[in-house]
Amino acid sequence: MTTLIEASGLKQHYPVRQGLLGRQTASVRAVDGIDLRIRRGEVLGLVGESGSGKSTFGRTLMMMEQPTSGAVLYEGADLVGRSHKALHPYRRKMQMVFQDPFSSLNPRMTVEDSLTMPLRFHQPELTAAQRRDQAAETLERVGLPRSMISRYPHEFSGGQRQRIGIARALMVKPEFIVADEPVSALDVSVQAQVLNLFSSIRETLGLTILFVTHDLAVVGHIADRVAVMYLGRIMEIAPTRALFTAPAHPYTETLLSAAPQPAVGAKRQRIAMKGEPPSPLAPPSGCVFRTRCAHASPECAAARPPLRQRGPDHFSACIRDDLSLVPAVVEKQSL
Amino acid sequence: MTDPVLSVRDLRVRFRSGGRETQVVHGVDFDIRGGETLALVGESGSGKSVTSFALMRLLPEAPRCRISGSVRIGGVELLELSERRMAAIRGPRIAMIFQEPLTSLNPVHRVGDQIAEAIRFHRRMSRSAIRARVIELLSMVGIPDPARRMHAYPGEMSGGMRQRVVIAMALALEPDLLIADEPTTALDVTVQAQILELLKDIQRRTNMAMLFITHDFGVVAEIADRVMVMYAGRIVEGGELAEVLSSPRMPYTRGLLGSVPRFEDAGLRSGPLGTIEGFVPSPDALPQGCAFHPRCPHARPGLCDVDLPDLTAVDGTGHRVRCLRASEPLATENTEVPA
Ligand SMILES: Nc1ncnc2c1ncn2[C@@H]1O[C@H](COP(=O)(O)OP(=O)(O)OP(=O)(O)O)[C@@H](O)[C@H]1O
Ligand SMILES: Nc1ncnc2c1ncn2[C@@H]1O[C@H](COP(=O)(O)OP(=O)(O)OP(=O)(O)O)[C@@H](O)[C@H]1O
Ligand code: SF4
Ligand SMILES: [Mg+2]
Ligand SMILES: [Mg+2]
Repeated sequence: MTTLIEASGLKQHYPVRQGLLGRQTASVRAVDGIDLRIRRGEVLGLVGESGSGKSTFGRTLMMMEQPTSGAVLYEGADLVGRSHKALHPYRRKMQMVFQDPFSSLNPRMTVEDSLTMPLRFHQPELTAAQRRDQAAETLERVGLPRSMISRYPHEFSGGQRQRIGIARALMVKPEFIVADEPVSALDVSVQAQVLNLFSSIRETLGLTILFVTHDLAVVGHIADRVAVMYLGRIMEIAPTRALFTAPAHPYTETLLSAAPQPAVGAKRQRIAMKGEPPSPLAPPSGCVFRTRCAHASPECAAARPPLRQRGPDHFSACIRDDLSLVPAVVEKQSL
Repeated sequence: MTDPVLSVRDLRVRFRSGGRETQVVHGVDFDIRGGETLALVGESGSGKSVTSFALMRLLPEAPRCRISGSVRIGGVELLELSERRMAAIRGPRIAMIFQEPLTSLNPVHRVGDQIAEAIRFHRRMSRSAIRARVIELLSMVGIPDPARRMHAYPGEMSGGMRQRVVIAMALALEPDLLIADEPTTALDVTVQAQILELLKDIQRRTNMAMLFITHDFGVVAEIADRVMVMYAGRIVEGGELAEVLSSPRMPYTRGLLGSVPRFEDAGLRSGPLGTIEGFVPSPDALPQGCAFHPRCPHARPGLCDVDLPDLTAVDGTGHRVRCLRASEPLATENTEVPA
């Protein structure tokens, strides 16, 4: 499979200013050196706890912010440092879906206006009638009746608004979508509807999706591969099934073991995290997870562990390969 | 069997606004015994929080809000108490923790002082005894270095630590009943796992009864002994944890469980998730008959859209179901996860 978009040594550091003179005293390393290739047509899940840098990574990949350093390559072309104008053709190819579609929809605009707005910018050659047709068609694609096109956001339920958020991203026929916690605010029954919608549009439109979530069950359902983030770095990246059946990083093991499962009696072994979360202003040296890791050894403090291959298409940034980590799912042996 | 700590009968809650009255809780019955955890599950707007606020008597006064029925704790009828006597019950008899710890903590006071204040309100104790109790509580909820941490402000703590402080405050007077309204929903899974473990551990030691409100069946499986599923202000299914999770009978419960992605299927591309069509009805426009019938794959015209089903026992285990077709064997709905 070919790479559609690639992050190379990507860093996003935010200055922290203090005092009367507003001098920079420290920086939050929200994204701290990420190398990652997203393949055309795949859904790559990005998981990690609050503050691990998932949203920052998504925004930086979309070039909504200039990175502190590193490269973002779209089909091999570096987008970093480009002028507004030079980025314009890429803006259409990359779209974003947010957690709370309400806050990203203008309450005073009808669905039609919200949907056709990006077209005026990206395809000014279209007539008003063509734009309207395309909006109605896209509404149907996300499972809403055409007749809803003249309604306002407050007339929709949470799940319907998320469908509108998705429709808006699809209007300009993007290739790549960053979906940042798109189902986190939804009730389970509605969440299932929206996840099914994502599965169907990725098939029919051949989309490439970076699916950001903190919910491991959701990522297990939707993603082809999963990247696990902790304090601005990728700890592990693997095909979804392999991540659940053979995790190769202690942080993944901990995260999987903590996720509650709606099954009775299946009491799984829980791997507790030591201590307290480190300050993002002063991340630990070496492996950033070592202060919380049940398997840390003194060598873990020495140098930042690179992602090393641990199986087919499976990489982990842990120096220890003598560990047998507890999987979330045990593959049933066929007789 | 021991008497229940909490006994709720025919609890009803109506709100009045703009000259219109809307009922959001329609006759809820349940008991909780000491040492037992009852989970109340349901989607947004089903009436879980209103139920718990009614038990705590934290809803607006009449005429804006009317509560009827009976809420008895250790034989005392809470719905008839004066506000002054109710204030004496909150804390020592019944305490509550909320989803967002910041709503229960005052940002400008040190966390230790806030716990001390909660104790001082109910107990005559010396300063040093209160201080010792605060340290004991903070250490019980797993806060490291409590003698130093008691001087911290809420803003200086992580979300997980703040929720521990809130739990310490709720437990300060050793309540008979703890109501936990989505106490871990805003937390990371690793922190959630720690808090659930903590609550179970405290319960083992103190024999406290717990009403645990959540919309997450995974959390239910972790913490509950018994479960009640709420839909549109009514309990639609209830029973032992294993009964409800493994053999759900009400089509709504079955639909909800079928819509949860399962770890076992992770990465298998196991096809679409089960869904429940449509939306939770608004309390001021409840459908006639079974409130779930417009969304139910098993609804039978002429029956389900006419008669209101009762919550009926389906076996000897205390499993109760509110469904007119509960006694019929139902075909596996398309809302079920494919095997
Ligand atoms: N614009 C900003 N300025 C300063 N710091 C920021 C900014 N955006 C994010 N951060 C910090 O960067 C870190 C990563 O934040 P980010 O929002 O990317 O995490 P996340 O993984 O998306 O978390 P969540 O699951 O809570 O959404 C956090 O410590 C956050 O406080
Ligand atoms: N003070 C109030 N006045 C009028 N209606 C109210 C009031 N509080 C809640 N309601 C209504 O009562 C219904 C039940 O709300 P409740 O907060 O109990 O739901 P919930 O099950 O806790 O949902 P969630 O999972 O979103 O917390 C909702 O329709 C809500 O709009
Ligand atoms: S009573 Fe009818 S509509 Fe309600 S859950 Fe049962 S079958 Fe469905
Ligand atoms: Mg985020
Ligand atoms: Mg609530």
